[in-house]
Amino acid sequence: MSDNHFEFDAARLIRTMAKNGHNLLIGTQYHAHGDGWCELALPYSEALVTDTASGILASGPIFTLMDMATSLSIWLKTGIFQPQATLDLRIDYLRPAKPGQTVIGHGECYHVTRSIAFIRGHAHDGDPDKPIAHVAGTYFFTASA
Amino acid sequence: MTTIFSPYAQSMGFTSERDGDGRLVISMPFGDGVRGRPGFVHGGALAGLLETVAYLTLADALGEDDKPLLKPVNMTATYMRGAVEATTHARATIERLGKRIANIEAVAWQEDPDKPVAIAQINVMLDRSGR
Repeated sequence: MSDNHFEFDAARLIRTMAKNGHNLLIGTQYHAHGDGWCELALPYSEALVTDTASGILASGPIFTLMDMATSLSIWLKTGIFQPQATLDLRIDYLRPAKPGQTVIGHGECYHVTRSIAFIRGHAHDGDPDKPIAHVAGTYFFTASA
Repeated sequence: MTTIFSPYAQSMGFTSERDGDGRLVISMPFGDGVRGRPGFVHGGALAGLLETVAYLTLADALGEDDKPLLKPVNMTATYMRGAVEATTHARATIERLGKRIANIEAVAWQEDPDKPVAIAQINVMLDRSGR
């Protein structure tokens, strides 16, 4: 990497965001990032399960994880921090996450226009080749004309 | 009928009531735990609310005697307005309840039900193989 300063700032921003609001309640953590992509970790928590007997993580926290990972990927793609809002986000649940496993959410921004960012992503619970969910969606730059 | 909340729904502070037509309404009070960008509710928290009201409305429609495993297939959330620092309410309509698949639409609003902050299309598989 030629631009270490940029690398450091991105990780720090993500760590700061993870300590606030809904991300703190869910417990998202920084995992990795690169040019146009971001990975966050969601450690397993009994407070976030859908059913005590099965211990399966609710889908809401996974949606939040992917919303945050994909929205951060836009900033990593453009290099500009501009206000944005989710326009829509679709999630396909391939299978439940294994109880006790940390879920990793990978978000990437694959195209931006002046007003819209197009994103996709996936989540896995240990093996990136066996995803638990896929997402696709769009964000709107709220300050754009 | 009392609403049984999941540990996740309890962590989110959801509450449940019936509107004048007897329809289930799930509410999410504003607080730090649902905050996203400054001044607004996190889109993920809204998605969790929409999904929760969809599943509870489906369980309600199936009744006490029919308890298939409800498996999420997918959901598409569309955000229409910024949800501000206020309580958000949500209710769901089952567009079709089949033997194996249910198609549900959920709507979330704050002040005015006619001005939704977000909607979601949710598809659920009803698995009766193990019960």
